[in-house]
Amino acid sequence: MNSPSCRQSAGAEVAEVRLLGESFSAAEELAAFTAAHPEAGGIVSFLGQVRAEGGPGAVEALELKHYAAMTLPGMEALAAGTSARWSLDGLLIIHRHGLMYPGDPIVLVAAAARHRRDAFAAADFAMDHLKSQSWFWKREKTAAGWRWIEPRADDHRDLARW
Amino acid sequence: MFLGRLEDIAGMGELAVNPGPLEHVLAALDPALAVELLGERVRMALNGALLGDGGGVVLTEGDELAFLPPVSGG
Repeated sequence: MNSPSCRQSAGAEVAEVRLLGESFSAAEELAAFTAAHPEAGGIVSFLGQVRAEGGPGAVEALELKHYAAMTLPGMEALAAGTSARWSLDGLLIIHRHGLMYPGDPIVLVAAAARHRRDAFAAADFAMDHLKSQSWFWKREKTAAGWRWIEPRADDHRDLARW
Repeated sequence: MFLGRLEDIAGMGELAVNPGPLEHVLAALDPALAVELLGERVRMALNGALLGDGGGVVLTEGDELAFLPPVSGG
């Protein structure tokens, strides 16, 4: 994976972190991750995608902006923290930036562990922190035009769980 | 670097400025933009590292200062 929009983290052996400027296939990524971790007894994954809604407030497009100096390094630090906190065989974090449309994948987190509890908790922890602490800024396009999305109180409550 | 909605307010994603103390850099900007950049919820990062506050920051040649509004989740 050497394309400019796709950097793989170095160092952490358990975790693989990618920040992508183009779409990806969650099914293919998950199949590869699963194949890479035959020793794991359980794999938990979460896929976040752009919501397809009807009505006048429907989101037609979503754009995630990142900051090269901080976004991927922050994701790598999160992956390292997650791997250190639970006993994992593998951790995969893939996050999009750029322009997306309804149905497009935004984020894929997968945790492989010997026992399922570690895998569930690690994926949940990583997602809560990606949503509330990672350096992404989101704007949505509806019929009324583009609008920046402010943080939700829920995101902060989610963090307080940990 | 102006991130998130600050890019729209600034009308640009980045701006080259003369090196010097942060106060001088901000003073040279459109006052309305400077007010937004100094907003309570806007954080600053120098060369990718978060700053506690802007006090005493002096930009030197090649430094990258970023203004980061609250993140909005992925």
